[in-house]
Amino acid sequence: MIATLPSLALSSLTLTASAATEAVSQAAGHATTQVATAAAGAPVDPVSHWIIAPVLLPAVLAPLMVLLMRFDLLLQRVFSLAGAVALAGLAAWLMADASTGHIVDYRLGNWPAPFGIILVLDRLSALMLTLTAGLSVPVLLYAIGSNWDTRGRHFHALFQFQLMGINGAFLTGDAFNLFVFFEVLLIASYGLMIHGGGAERMKAGVQYVVFNLAGSTLFLFALGTIYSVTGTLNMADLAEKVAHLPAGDAGLIRVGAMLLILVFAVKGALVPLQFWLPNTYSHAPGPVAALFAVMTKIGAYAILRVYTLIFPPTTPATGTMFADILLPAALVTLAIGMIGIMGAKQMARMVSFAAIGSMGTLFIAIAQFTPAGNAAALYYTVHSTLAAAALFLITDLTIARRGEFGGALRAAPKITQSGLIAALFFVAAIATAGMPPLSGFLGKLLVMQATWNAPLRWWIWGAILVTSLISIVGFARAGSSLYWKANAIAPGGRLSVPEERPLLPFVATGMLLAGLVALTVFAGPVTHWMQGTATQLLDRTAYITAVLGHR
Amino acid sequence: MPLALIAALPFLGALLPGLMARAGRNTAALVTGAVTALALLGLVLHAPAVIGGQVLHQHIAWVPQIGLNADFFLDGLGFLFALLILGIGLLIVIYARFYLDPSENTGEFFTYLLLFQGAMLGIVLTDNVLMLLVFWELTSLSSFLLIGFWKHLAEGRQGARMALTVTGMGGLSMIAGMLILGHIVGSYDISTILQHAEEIQASPLFLPAMILVLVGAFAKSAQFPFHFWLPHAMAAPTPVSAYLHSATMVKAGLFLMARLWPVFAGRPEWFYVVSTVGLVTMVMAAKIALFKDDLKALLAYSTVSHLGLITFLFGLGTKAGAIAGVFHIINHATFKAALFMTAGIVDHETHTRDAKRLGGLMTLMPITFTIATVAGLSMAGIPPFNGFLSKEMMLEAAAHTGWWGLDWIVPLGATVGALFSVAYALRYVAHVFLGPVRDDYPTQPHDPVPGMWISPAILATLVILIGLFPMTMAGWLVTAAASAVTGAEVHPHIVLWHGITPALWMSVIAIAGGALLLALHAPLNRLWEATPKPHAKAMFDAVIDWAARGARGLTQGLHNGAISRYLAIFSVVVLVAGVWAFFTGAYSPGTRPMTPLEPVPVIAWFALMAATVAVVRYHHNRLLALVLVGIIGLMVSIAFVYLSAPDLALTQISVEVVTVMLLLLALNFLPKDSPRESSAPRKTRDAVIAIASGLGLGGLIYALMTRDFAYPTISDWHMAHSKAEAGGENVVNVIIVDFRGYDTFGEITVLGIAALAIYALTDALLRGPANARLRGWVPDLKRAGDRHPLMLVVATRVMMPIAVLVGAFIYLRGHNEPGGGFVAGLVIAIALLMQYMASGFAWAHLRQRANYQNLIGFGVLLAAATGIGAFFNGRPFLTSDFGHFYLPWHLGEFELATAMGFDAGVFLTVVGAVMLALASLSLIARRAGETVNQTPMSTDPSKAKTPEEKANALDEAAAEPHDDASEEH
Repeated sequence: MIATLPSLALSSLTLTASAATEAVSQAAGHATTQVATAAAGAPVDPVSHWIIAPVLLPAVLAPLMVLLMRFDLLLQRVFSLAGAVALAGLAAWLMADASTGHIVDYRLGNWPAPFGIILVLDRLSALMLTLTAGLSVPVLLYAIGSNWDTRGRHFHALFQFQLMGINGAFLTGDAFNLFVFFEVLLIASYGLMIHGGGAERMKAGVQYVVFNLAGSTLFLFALGTIYSVTGTLNMADLAEKVAHLPAGDAGLIRVGAMLLILVFAVKGALVPLQFWLPNTYSHAPGPVAALFAVMTKIGAYAILRVYTLIFPPTTPATGTMFADILLPAALVTLAIGMIGIMGAKQMARMVSFAAIGSMGTLFIAIAQFTPAGNAAALYYTVHSTLAAAALFLITDLTIARRGEFGGALRAAPKITQSGLIAALFFVAAIATAGMPPLSGFLGKLLVMQATWNAPLRWWIWGAILVTSLISIVGFARAGSSLYWKANAIAPGGRLSVPEERPLLPFVATGMLLAGLVALTVFAGPVTHWMQGTATQLLDRTAYITAVLGHR
Repeated sequence: MPLALIAALPFLGALLPGLMARAGRNTAALVTGAVTALALLGLVLHAPAVIGGQVLHQHIAWVPQIGLNADFFLDGLGFLFALLILGIGLLIVIYARFYLDPSENTGEFFTYLLLFQGAMLGIVLTDNVLMLLVFWELTSLSSFLLIGFWKHLAEGRQGARMALTVTGMGGLSMIAGMLILGHIVGSYDISTILQHAEEIQASPLFLPAMILVLVGAFAKSAQFPFHFWLPHAMAAPTPVSAYLHSATMVKAGLFLMARLWPVFAGRPEWFYVVSTVGLVTMVMAAKIALFKDDLKALLAYSTVSHLGLITFLFGLGTKAGAIAGVFHIINHATFKAALFMTAGIVDHETHTRDAKRLGGLMTLMPITFTIATVAGLSMAGIPPFNGFLSKEMMLEAAAHTGWWGLDWIVPLGATVGALFSVAYALRYVAHVFLGPVRDDYPTQPHDPVPGMWISPAILATLVILIGLFPMTMAGWLVTAAASAVTGAEVHPHIVLWHGITPALWMSVIAIAGGALLLALHAPLNRLWEATPKPHAKAMFDAVIDWAARGARGLTQGLHNGAISRYLAIFSVVVLVAGVWAFFTGAYSPGTRPMTPLEPVPVIAWFALMAATVAVVRYHHNRLLALVLVGIIGLMVSIAFVYLSAPDLALTQISVEVVTVMLLLLALNFLPKDSPRESSAPRKTRDAVIAIASGLGLGGLIYALMTRDFAYPTISDWHMAHSKAEAGGENVVNVIIVDFRGYDTFGEITVLGIAALAIYALTDALLRGPANARLRGWVPDLKRAGDRHPLMLVVATRVMMPIAVLVGAFIYLRGHNEPGGGFVAGLVIAIALLMQYMASGFAWAHLRQRANYQNLIGFGVLLAAATGIGAFFNGRPFLTSDFGHFYLPWHLGEFELATAMGFDAGVFLTVVGAVMLALASLSLIARRAGETVNQTPMSTDPSKAKTPEEKANALDEAAAEPHDDASEEH
């Protein structure tokens, strides 16, 4: 019952947030005016309706599940999975379309930018959509196969809402709309995180939501500041206007930019704003934690987007401010995360710190603001998402079989399918630690090569290599305790868990690892694609023109 | 066979033994052997070309953008190593088949072995330094699996981890070194790098690159100070030791030194680092080997010593040194693999490897004895075995080498090393096989089955043949390999007898001295055991433990789970970063004049401040705090009214009412006493942070509000287009349902999700341990006598239709006047809430049919459907349309906009969400013993019942819960 209070507070805060939406609208004017103008813009190309489909599909599927299927789990499973698969196909199709290099915008309500909200599909957003959808399919399979979805209500509806929120955040071209979708994905993730209940999980859930609501509040401050200076929140419009601000506005827009990056840093678990992550990820249900692997990437995505589009280093007001604070923080993040792998006492917590560490590497690459750095960041994003998700699923496989021993990193009697799970762990740990031959190593090579000309090159290289060693040692110790030491325990030792051998969880985990292998094998073409995306990101004019038209 | 295929074969074949193990260990060994033999065949087919001086290349693009390609090339050096890896690998497979117990997982073992073999082959065949790094770390990983194969042994697990840590560390250092090399040259192709030696040597990054690469090579080849991992890797099954520590793993470092020899050799830095490390390792390890009683430990240290010898030779930077080094690689591989296998045989047959418990096995195990003696004498450097030849070449080279102006130090070191080498090699033979037959062996020893001794026997034969006919047996190989190492044609001439040279004398001294040492072994051993020695394992463990403890301390210390601390850090970070950002940028103060100070805002401001301070002061009294929070909300609403924002004020006040009501209901179930308060210093800290943050934010708002927008804002456009294009006079509502309807769509979804999450949460709660606590709930507050007072019931009943009317009115006028679906939803929800509060949840719930979850689902769907409707008009999502209609009976013109459908969705979702939250709370209340009422009020004047009737009615009601959740249970 105590845990209900935060959710109530949350819903009231949501109401307040809605009021905030209104406040922003109110800022746009409260007078009632009557001005006649020309009719709204011409009809759009019907094909471009597909851009909103990644948001609409889950947004329609979820209420349908609540409305029609909430008494039938099988129906929910079928529709949820079908939705995820359809989403994956859709995202892949959109990505293929975006690969041609053109940027498509979608005017919601047919209002022109910057006055209405627009969605923008470019290579980056298409990539993130595909990554999310590609991740959601195995995660959903796992949730179904492991029966996690039976341990509470509305799992599939919340899951779809979560996808809606993530997709919306990736697609939007409007800073305030980004806030709205941050809220959608935050509240859905809270619902998913506490799925199944339990005192520890509830407690972690409260911390998660409180810390992230602080982040949301900060988001509103940031948007308020930026709007008060520039009078717009459309990203392309901001990009144009911020570049030519009067000199006297520099201080204030810098504050706005700084608050914004801090908001995204909270999402991206950048030290010292990472505190919410370890408890959240380690107490979330396994498949939910696996899905959350993409949540930190939303922070990284937002920083990359805002950094390349609105506040590039050529901006007089902000200059290299982003890189100046991002790089040191990223180095510390890398260190804290990887040291955490060695310092954690619980398997899930260890994986959570690995997720933090990977964000460090990712932010190092982003902080370069070079095509090579961005390409490395994108490759690493895909890699670290899949690797972390796989590790979380393997953690759940292990914990589910260890009964009262749970995820404690100490010896327990041998678990069912120990050899297979140990092998999966070995592969996923190699990928996460950045050992050859998997994509983690390639990602690290990309990052290291991209930082060859960085002033802090030796610090970066040193941090990457030394933390790799720490994570290797940490993973080796953990793996040895979890899977090897069981052989030293007298065969009489038995675990009080039924010996079940479900297939689907392994299929799901295998899919993620197969994704890592594919990312490794096809690293050449993938990197090529990422380079194209990085180049497109740096071509701000193309984005601005696509959204605002030729000026 | 293409080179890539040769390198890939072991990887491709690695899965086979794992699968075939089900068919028995013979099958597993057979497929492993077949894969190895196939790769060996492919390699040997290239022999004529390579020996003839050709270099074969194969290019496969992988990640050309970063210079990482699956390029392979085969020259003499690569051929030599590949031959050793595959040739000895094949012998190891045979040996392992008979060594391993049938009960062990042979399939797993051979899978790891093939993985390792593939990684090694990759190292020696690749033409790309980045690819080499890939294979390099793969050997670390696969050897980790091999060394830890006996998972039940603590030594095995620890040895595996130690090997992985040390060699992995070396690999990481090498990554940096190789990247630097590649950047200097502009290519990661080994063939290209080798051609740019001058460029590299001239680079300012030469020394760091060399050191970084050498750390990798030294760690892999167990050179001082990284030597300590190798003896601990002996916990592995003996076939692994024989393979890893004779021909493969530890030779990878040597291979790398040989491979990059043209790049580094000749520079004094190279000589002083490599030769010195090699010489020190050789002498130190040889001395330790003499005093090891465990046969495998003895051999392990002897391996370290011989690796030091070869390192020393490559470090000389001379052609003679390179030739000797290459030759000793061959010789060491042959005799050391044979020796490890004999040690394994002894262990297998006697169940001990302790030299002190052995002796006299000569007559019991004659075959093993013969093999061990041949290999042992070769290791000692006794003619006519092959070890003698290469050792002579080493001594010869050492004799002509000065070190920092001292001519005697290198020859002396080499002689001492050789002397110890003789001593431990002879000890291996003498203390195990010679001497009297004992009667206290753990088991009765005898020679093993032929399958087990055939492999070492083949190697021992090679030891003799190479010793007798060096040029015929190995000359061509040494020529090809040494030419490849030095990058120039060399023509070595190896003979058994090359006259009386300084090397011969050094050899004689070594053999005589070694024999003497062995004779004095017993007293020397006592002396050795009495001297304190640094224990590498203990030191390593201490370092790792220290690191793990430090990591744990740091991690747990930082993430201690206190949300108050996390938020404090968050606030400080935001404040500091914001202030820094502001003061590092230019700022010109705004030009807007200040508005005059009027009494109403001043009073409201003071009320707001007072309420806020009071919340902080009285927060432990939750009810009071809630009331105070309500005051704050009211003040904010008043501010909106004062600032002419009626829509906002309406929304704010409705939100306040709903949240306060729901929180009141929730507070009932919270403990009424305050939790442990923070200490005074912490409160002070938090106060300072809070006040500073507030001031910072206040300053920011002041700066923003006193200035004009830098550009015309988008709101001007909104005002201009609201009526004409969206059909609404209330711009705020038009923004909410049309201009930015997509935001609203997101927000109502948030509301719906929140309600669903609350419901799911309550459900989980009632299924968890909280359920028991609720069942045992004792109301901790005194309750009013009448739960459902008559006055409240009557008042709310009267209010209900009015509220509905007001809600409908607010909804309908929304587009043109303040109002809209959101506010209307809240108003209706409040009216409903009042009914529920007045007459209890069950009574009220029975009288309405809509399911709240359906309401939410339907609301979101309706909003989405309205938006999707635009698709059929060829317009984007949420494009609205409106028209004017004339209503009959002279009611006049009426405007209909599609946005109203959207607003209806908003309305439904809001009502559903609020009511679902209420339903969830009522579930908790019912579980806590709240009875279900049948009548609208506590005392219904129309129905006077006897006490029995009342009790029955309550029981019935409790038995049939009528709430929403019951249908799903």
